[in-house]
Amino acid sequence: MTPRPQDDTQNDAIDVTADIPANPPQRALRLHRELDEVWRDLPGWRGFFTSVNHSTIGKRFMATAFVFFAIGGVLAMMIRAQLATRDGAFLDTELYNQIFTMHGSIMMFLFAIPMLEGLALWLLPKILGTRDMAYPRLSALGYFCYLFGGIVIVLSLLFGVAPNGGWFMYVPLTDKTYSPGINADVWLLGVTFVEISAMAAAIEITVTILRCRAAHMPLTRMPLMGWYLLGTAVMMLVGFPPLILGSILLEVQRAFDWPFFDVARGGSPLLWQHLFWLFGHPEVYIIFLPAAGALSTIIPILSRTTILGYGALVAAVIGLVFLSFGLWVHHMFTVGIPHMALSFFSAASALVAVPTAVQVFAWIGTMWEGRVQFRLPMLYIMGFFATFVMGGLTGVMLAMVPFNWQAHDTHFVVAHLHYVLIGGFVFPMLAAIAYWMPLICGRWRVRGLGEAAFWMIFIGFHGTFFIMHLTGLLGMRRRIAVYPENAEWEWLNLVSSGFGMVQAAGFALFAFDVVMQWMFGRRSWRNPWQAPTLEWAMPLPAPSYNFASLPGPRQPDAGALLALARGEGLLAGAPRGWRETLAVEPGSGKPQHVAVLATNTALPVATAAAIGSFFGLMLAGLYWLAPLGIIATMVVVWRWGALMGTERDHPPVQVAPDMALPLHWQVRTTLGQTGTMVLLVADATLYGSLLFGVGFLTVVAPGWPPPDSGVGTGWMLLLALAALALMAAGAIAARLAESRRAQAGGRVWTRIGLVLAGLALVMLVGLGWGLDDPTRHARDALRGAILGFAVVHGVIVLMLALRSHVDARRGRIGLERRGAVPAWQLFQVFWLGTTAASLAVVVAQEVLA
Amino acid sequence: MSPLPKSCLYKPAALLAVPLLAACDGPLSTLTPAGPAAVQIARLWWAMLIGSGLITLLVMAMLWRALRHQSHDHPGPAAERRWIIGWGLGFSLTVLTVLLGFGLWIGERMIVRNDATPLVEARAGRWAWEFVQPGPGGAPVTTQGILYVPAGQPFDVAITSFDVIHSFWVPRLGGKMDAIPGHRNVHRLMAAEPGIYEGLCAEFCGLGHSFMNFRVIAYDPAGPLPAFTDAPEGRP
Ligand code: HEM
Ligand SMILES: [Cu+2]
Ligand SMILES: [Cu+2]
Repeated sequence: MTPRPQDDTQNDAIDVTADIPANPPQRALRLHRELDEVWRDLPGWRGFFTSVNHSTIGKRFMATAFVFFAIGGVLAMMIRAQLATRDGAFLDTELYNQIFTMHGSIMMFLFAIPMLEGLALWLLPKILGTRDMAYPRLSALGYFCYLFGGIVIVLSLLFGVAPNGGWFMYVPLTDKTYSPGINADVWLLGVTFVEISAMAAAIEITVTILRCRAAHMPLTRMPLMGWYLLGTAVMMLVGFPPLILGSILLEVQRAFDWPFFDVARGGSPLLWQHLFWLFGHPEVYIIFLPAAGALSTIIPILSRTTILGYGALVAAVIGLVFLSFGLWVHHMFTVGIPHMALSFFSAASALVAVPTAVQVFAWIGTMWEGRVQFRLPMLYIMGFFATFVMGGLTGVMLAMVPFNWQAHDTHFVVAHLHYVLIGGFVFPMLAAIAYWMPLICGRWRVRGLGEAAFWMIFIGFHGTFFIMHLTGLLGMRRRIAVYPENAEWEWLNLVSSGFGMVQAAGFALFAFDVVMQWMFGRRSWRNPWQAPTLEWAMPLPAPSYNFASLPGPRQPDAGALLALARGEGLLAGAPRGWRETLAVEPGSGKPQHVAVLATNTALPVATAAAIGSFFGLMLAGLYWLAPLGIIATMVVVWRWGALMGTERDHPPVQVAPDMALPLHWQVRTTLGQTGTMVLLVADATLYGSLLFGVGFLTVVAPGWPPPDSGVGTGWMLLLALAALALMAAGAIAARLAESRRAQAGGRVWTRIGLVLAGLALVMLVGLGWGLDDPTRHARDALRGAILGFAVVHGVIVLMLALRSHVDARRGRIGLERRGAVPAWQLFQVFWLGTTAASLAVVVAQEVLA
Repeated sequence: MSPLPKSCLYKPAALLAVPLLAACDGPLSTLTPAGPAAVQIARLWWAMLIGSGLITLLVMAMLWRALRHQSHDHPGPAAERRWIIGWGLGFSLTVLTVLLGFGLWIGERMIVRNDATPLVEARAGRWAWEFVQPGPGGAPVTTQGILYVPAGQPFDVAITSFDVIHSFWVPRLGGKMDAIPGHRNVHRLMAAEPGIYEGLCAEFCGLGHSFMNFRVIAYDPAGPLPAFTDAPEGRP
């Protein structure tokens, strides 16, 4: 075996006892040519629209996020210029409101989240020892949704119609009465469009970590970054649906006057706050976890040691994932919730500091036990410590209910959130960029610039925000454009503004440094930090396919660079002309099958454009044309299925000398299968949030009980029960379609399932006629929403049944091959389950009323 | 060169402290409290500030040592015990428990209980405040932009909104409480001494948010009643 860069015998990520013999060595250059031919992007502008490779998409995400960071930063400078003096005459109030709303929204939705998605997409396959993300086309789709949505949001500022309700968009301020313009719609529709990319990334990251690791890399020993990103992805899966649901409901209220949040008709503005912060608080940890993952990766390497307390850190990540969903109410301490409940959320909010403390001390301990090398990433890590510790401490202060009552909505909170976001996310990201740049561009940095940028950012940051705590305690509210009567705040603000400019200049210098490194840096030697992790087991810059052969027990770390390049690892080269990678068992990492991934295609950009047409029509208020966008989307999405089946059986693929594995068309537990289940977890959360809305309004909102409903009539119940029966029968048909797939008559079950789904859908639509006018009361609006949920899922089931049917007719289903049937089954059962639950809720409402 | 006399070092420090203390002053400062709730919270703040300052120094000192400490080992179980169990869990849990107890105790003392405390109404609407308070003979009087309360006695404010969400905040008297359409929140405050206390809307409510101020006038209950006049144009 090749010598290791480090003698970390105890912490191997790969189980070296599960031996897989090595493939015979080949000429590395020939392998490289063969693979690059298959994996590289198309040249020129065609490449922009067709690339799906994770390295390309990941870099693009990060570069785009950096552009939005610059835009958000310019807005921040405008805010600071306006606040520098009492009567700032630079912006009028309307413009100021748009600018701080856009600053916050851009930084959160168009910079932080996409930045971490980009890092994850780019890094994850490399660090896990695989060739791409599980769904390359989904990466590209997410990117274009992000790009298009982001462009619309930013353009709205140029046209003077940007959102102006603050980044958390509280109703009623953002409803049609108080925000008649298009501003709020831009936020609701634009952010939801962009969040498609977050959901896509979350699903991909989860499945990639569970199923696409190096052979025999057990979950329990994978690099910590894997755990951190798994935590992030799970939080995104569960955290974003409440926001997406809230945005849909608010947009429906604005567009069609369904009164979910209108107190006069049984709604409540507090429902929005709960849905928003159910997302908004986890969001903070979604942003922090990948940054912490980068720290856990970089700190031990630059300390020439191994991480202290791997198990404790994993436990801390899991703890954070759970705890962070239990504290959203700390953003609502002043809305008038009973003190008992506040005490609970206060305690939970303080408790969340414990896993954070565990991590901070584990990092310090790691440095203590090792020998710290003071390289540039380390400098940014020091910036992280100095900043984040203070942000965490002010966070604990804000968790104390009485103090929160004073500090809430003041510049104290503004200071706190920037300490956490810049300390906990931006500094680690800068460290990560400095650390991984050689792998991105193959070059070494230009001396001195990075250090200068660090000091400007660091001094500028603390100069801006440290005294802002005091400004807040002296009573300065956030979101005010002028303060003519408060001369005592003026010098504080002036200082903040001055240092703000220093900070901005520091960021500009950082960007300049990155460009310089990219263009003029000298070539970096391999594995410049002498790290053991697998992302360094490849030439610099990283090739399109990452690994010429995939790492296994004999190639467990970066020391196997040459062996992997010579094809001694698993699944060497691209002899079939396909983009192939290994799919493994989730727990142990045992290789299961060979997944064939998508190559360059314009399908993702076309899909994003189709989805975008729907959002665009909604934004334009052309509600009756908007269904065209949905139809366009369905037409394009149909074509995605093409890759998921094949017309004939393929022989197993020789992965290693005595290991042959089937291709993914011939197994049941495909990556697609795992992904469908992960998607349904998010979907179930969306549905759960909707039920939360029903429960919340029933219990808390004024204006209940609602007027008598006409829904209680018997024929509607019968119709609903009949629909449920058809769905259940459909589930059975889907089952039989799979179990009888090899028989001649098996094909009939897909047709029966298709008809059953269609009938059930018609009945659901029929139920719509019987509903009460949804604009009358929030209860009726919620019933409309519940029915809408069932109808949407009916359409999805119908599409999947149709896909299965076409697969069967085209011979894409056989003894080994299942086509779309497994996915259809999952959705069919989900449809049945949620519709049954919905019916139970409505019946309960009617019986109890 | 001879070393500087000590007073040269102390004097600037002392001179610096004066403006810093004066810097805590202001009509909206939570750090010059004028009622029991605000006093308690300010006390909590100073305690937390000192605690946090010490913790920050401690962590920075640890970091400094960690940077200079050279070791060639891999962290073993002893190190894990020290850093994870000792500092990560032990230290943080102790600090948080103490703090949480303190915070809950203070919060509990500020809760509105059903006793005979007099009630005033605060009604928020874009972008001004309307108040209803007991006037001469206890009859309710409605005023615009100024709330009149007796000094030295606690009072409950019932906070409501006509339109969007606002928030009632008199920083020198105590914490804030939101005005939410369809909801009615009650908040207990007290001004220890007669005087004028500035108040404002703390929740962003649109174009006029920066100017949505009001004033609390605490009068001497032993003296003559004030005139219960409105603020000019509804706003002080
Ligand atoms: C470049 C340095 C930055 C400066 C000088 C800056 C400055 C500010 C200021 C002064 C406000 C308060 C505006 C007001 O309430 O009137 C603000 C709000 C905010 N900032 Fe920043 N910021 C910076 C970077 C960031 C970053 C990197 C993020 C997130 C990753 C961020 C997220 C936010 C958010 C979420 C708000 C709240 C917006 C709202 O109230 O709706 N900022 N920023
Ligand atoms: Cu939070
Ligand atoms: Cu306001």
